[in-house]
Amino acid sequence: MSQLSMDSVARATPPRLSRRIRGLSDRTIAWLFIAPTIFLLLAVNIFPLIWTIRLSFTNFAANRPNAEVQWVGLRNYQRILTDPDTWATMQATAHFLIWTILLQVLIGFTLAWLINRKFRGNDLWTTIIVLPMMLSPAVVGNFWTLLYQPQIGLFNSIVAFLTGADPTSFSMIGDVDLAPWAIIIVDTWMWTPFVMLICLAGLRSIPESIYEAAECDRASKWRQFWTITVPMVLPFLMLAVLFRGIENFKMFDLVVQLTGGGPGNTTTLTSIELKREAFEKWRTGYSSAYAVILFVTVFGLASIYVKALNRVKDR
Amino acid sequence: MKTRLLAATALTTLAAMAATGARADELTLCWAAWDPANALIELSKDFEAKTGHTMSFEFVPWPNFADRMLNELNSGGQLCDLMIGDSQWIGLGAEAGHYIKLNDFFEANGISMDDFIPATVTGYSEWPKGTPNYWALPAFGDVVGWTYRKDWFERPELQAEFKEKYGRDLGVPATLAELKDIAEFFQGREIDGTTVYGAAIYTERGSEGITMGVTNVLYNYGFQYGNPENPYELEGFVNSPGAVEGLEFYKSLYDCCVPPGSSNWYMSENIDAYKSGQVAMQMNFAFIWPGVHADPNVGGDKSGYFPNPAGPAGHFAQLGGQGISVVSYSDSQDAALEYIKWFAQPEIQARWWELGGYSALRAVVEDPGFASSQPYAQTFLDSMAIVKDFWAEPSYWTEVFEDEGKL
Amino acid sequence: MSAHSITEPSNGQKWLAGVLVAAYAIITILPLLWIIATGFKSSPDAIAYPPKVLFQPTLEGYVNLFTTQTRQSAEFLAENPPTTWYEEIVHDKGMVIAGPSRFGERFMNSVIIGFGATFLSVVLGTLAAYAFSRYRVPLKDDLLFFILSTRMMPPIAVAIPIFLMFRNIGLSDTHAGMILLYTAVNLSLAVWLLKGFIDEIPREYEEAALIDGYTRFQAFVKVVLPQATTGIAATAIFCLIFSWNEYAFAVLLTSGTAQTAPPFIPTIIGVGGQDWPAVAAGATIFLVPVMVFTILLRKHLLRGITFGAVRK
Repeated sequence: MSQLSMDSVARATPPRLSRRIRGLSDRTIAWLFIAPTIFLLLAVNIFPLIWTIRLSFTNFAANRPNAEVQWVGLRNYQRILTDPDTWATMQATAHFLIWTILLQVLIGFTLAWLINRKFRGNDLWTTIIVLPMMLSPAVVGNFWTLLYQPQIGLFNSIVAFLTGADPTSFSMIGDVDLAPWAIIIVDTWMWTPFVMLICLAGLRSIPESIYEAAECDRASKWRQFWTITVPMVLPFLMLAVLFRGIENFKMFDLVVQLTGGGPGNTTTLTSIELKREAFEKWRTGYSSAYAVILFVTVFGLASIYVKALNRVKDR
Repeated sequence: MKTRLLAATALTTLAAMAATGARADELTLCWAAWDPANALIELSKDFEAKTGHTMSFEFVPWPNFADRMLNELNSGGQLCDLMIGDSQWIGLGAEAGHYIKLNDFFEANGISMDDFIPATVTGYSEWPKGTPNYWALPAFGDVVGWTYRKDWFERPELQAEFKEKYGRDLGVPATLAELKDIAEFFQGREIDGTTVYGAAIYTERGSEGITMGVTNVLYNYGFQYGNPENPYELEGFVNSPGAVEGLEFYKSLYDCCVPPGSSNWYMSENIDAYKSGQVAMQMNFAFIWPGVHADPNVGGDKSGYFPNPAGPAGHFAQLGGQGISVVSYSDSQDAALEYIKWFAQPEIQARWWELGGYSALRAVVEDPGFASSQPYAQTFLDSMAIVKDFWAEPSYWTEVFEDEGKL
Repeated sequence: MSAHSITEPSNGQKWLAGVLVAAYAIITILPLLWIIATGFKSSPDAIAYPPKVLFQPTLEGYVNLFTTQTRQSAEFLAENPPTTWYEEIVHDKGMVIAGPSRFGERFMNSVIIGFGATFLSVVLGTLAAYAFSRYRVPLKDDLLFFILSTRMMPPIAVAIPIFLMFRNIGLSDTHAGMILLYTAVNLSLAVWLLKGFIDEIPREYEEAALIDGYTRFQAFVKVVLPQATTGIAATAIFCLIFSWNEYAFAVLLTSGTAQTAPPFIPTIIGVGGQDWPAVAAGATIFLVPVMVFTILLRKHLLRGITFGAVRK
């Protein structure tokens, strides 16, 4: 920016305002800028969290606000952690989490890598690919129940068309073995674009000169891919995984609309179980303890992960 | 024409207001989002015109209805003045003080519960059950029954084949076992070029779907909620040999005769399956019958209706439906009571039935013309005569969860 | 960069990549096309067995979406002939329009809350990100992780405390309450994305401005903000996508006045069952604003999410 334009901008600033603000120290500005965010997060996130923690030691039930509330100590926690159902739910969540992230990273990265070939029309195709991400997960989950209908759904018809199988011979959300995959397919369909966008941003930020230098050293394309592309994109990819991981750990809307946690409990993810405890059985204290356990789990995993991310970044 | 109508409405409103001198309140009525609720909007226009109160409606979809509304009531919310709450909340509504007791109001306004179908009074209004303490006015009678493809049942070649195979005519089943035979007969059959299936039954697990379905069989095989002599003695009643047999029957029906993929189906999915021509029969609440009758594909003479068939130990059908209550946290209780008074009038109830709402008023359903007024009217009457409801016992909640130790 | 850079992929490679990406795009768009097509189907066609690809288009779904309807007696229908095309569609089914549906209201709520929360998260997020990027804030890493951690709590878990808290301070079922709530959820993403981006803007620009006599604040407004538009645009897209589509809080915390469209659309009930054409119509209309917003800001989308901090 030229000296001249700087001056003109400075002159355009009303003197009174600039004088008033000039008086602020860096430290004050820093806190002024951060304070609203921190304050809002404390009010809307941390305050309820503390409330939840407090409730988790009681037998409070939100459907009987007048009943006497008793302190039960760690009883809720003890019961949750020794309940085999909890572990089944955690397993279902882990299955969902691991596979969605794996698939989304593989497909998302491949797509980004292909789009980065800069072929003609890549802009249009990218826009099309991004569309599913903009739909409402609840609406998507709801509509996919129709798509997965063996008799009247598009999904089964297409699979039948491609494989020659009878469309009614399998039921994605009605089958105990297929349902966990049904939710993975929809989530992958919806959120692969997110991972793709972030990988693409990573790929585009790699300076051309690095490849040129490698080319001069006669490094093979394969070698370039593993020594330049992958390490340079890795921090981006890890950030995408962090956000997807957090989102899918608390996945609710899409799956509750799609399978309602069934058949049986095969797709009962932790948030769905939590909703049942909190809003159907009205065991507020118990469900609060459940929520705290979930929070601590994600918090722990994420903090390890962020440390790893920082290490990759600093490399 | 519209303007004229509007002017007329305005005039009536003014007249009504002048006559009563009452202040115009804005009432909110809360119910589930479904067909009958839309009919109630239309019906309520008369109330608005006559009293000058304005009505707004809060319809919550069935899957969220209980969560959303109970959350509202539990926190003493003032969203709803009138609540058409599910029948199984009546105990909670009464004990936790969410609803106001209507006995004095009924007495003062000459509304007698004897004028309503007895099962609906017990099911939707009374708490404790069997005592004359009323917390709601029966608003919408509903019961689980069956819809069947009359046009398929009447095909000569199918009738002949059925007769040969089972030694009786293909027709409305009298017992659950017969129903299963028919379902088996249709399962996987080619009709007009598509494969069709036996029956769509309730299997949904998210809300109450599977319960609403399986109870129709359990009751008829001898399941009871407890010792009739000793209410909280469950052992041997809930898990009686009959109950086990009933449960096995429902499972066998699911295994043999339902459309593929129907593992999480409730009202809406069953309707879709039936209307798209996938099934010969569907289990569903009576509220869908007007819609089936009007359907371009399966409506008119193509469909017939029958009450839940009998089982070896009895003949019952699962009660649905709701009563209308006044929420105790409302600021407009007088206007809300006025609405109930208006709604209870025989001519309004008759109109309610005309619009597709199942009136529970005996004057309406016992009218000689009622049974023939719609093809499903007689089935509704027969079904309402055999209804049974599940527990509306708030202490059940405490018992179960305290036993599990999760409170 | 020369047109024939040695790192430029060959034409064959480009062609293959193009075909693969196009193939994926076509597969991935199919469900969406099916939703859009269903919006123009009649109810029987929407659930046709087997599914119908070719059908007679109708606006029934859109009419159902915007109106509530009641069945009426044949006499009433005969006496009140339809006067408009939409009344006619309803009339043909033996119904009358009882009034407008609440979709319009819900949609407007979504606009107010969605864009309101996006605006607020971007503003607060930019301020915080700038401070984190430029100043020595004590416990910076911990604070950043704290901000991220606010995203980790499942909405269901905090719904009851938030519900009670909002009720106490009069924010229950209000636009303001939902905007604040969504802003809080979005802030973690906004701060993290924007911090990365601002890190990438060379400090020299501001230092030059400071030497010119700008205050820190002026330098931020006049120098940093214009440089950060790209990152801000990308952040806005992600924040909007979240707050526009959020379901769990909306369904548990709002009802009459501030409920957004996502809880409404999946539950549009027609005659008896789910009204698939109306659901599809709702989903289609609901997609439009966020799609237009994204396409308008598309240029920034890719450059925006460079997560500059990631690379030092």
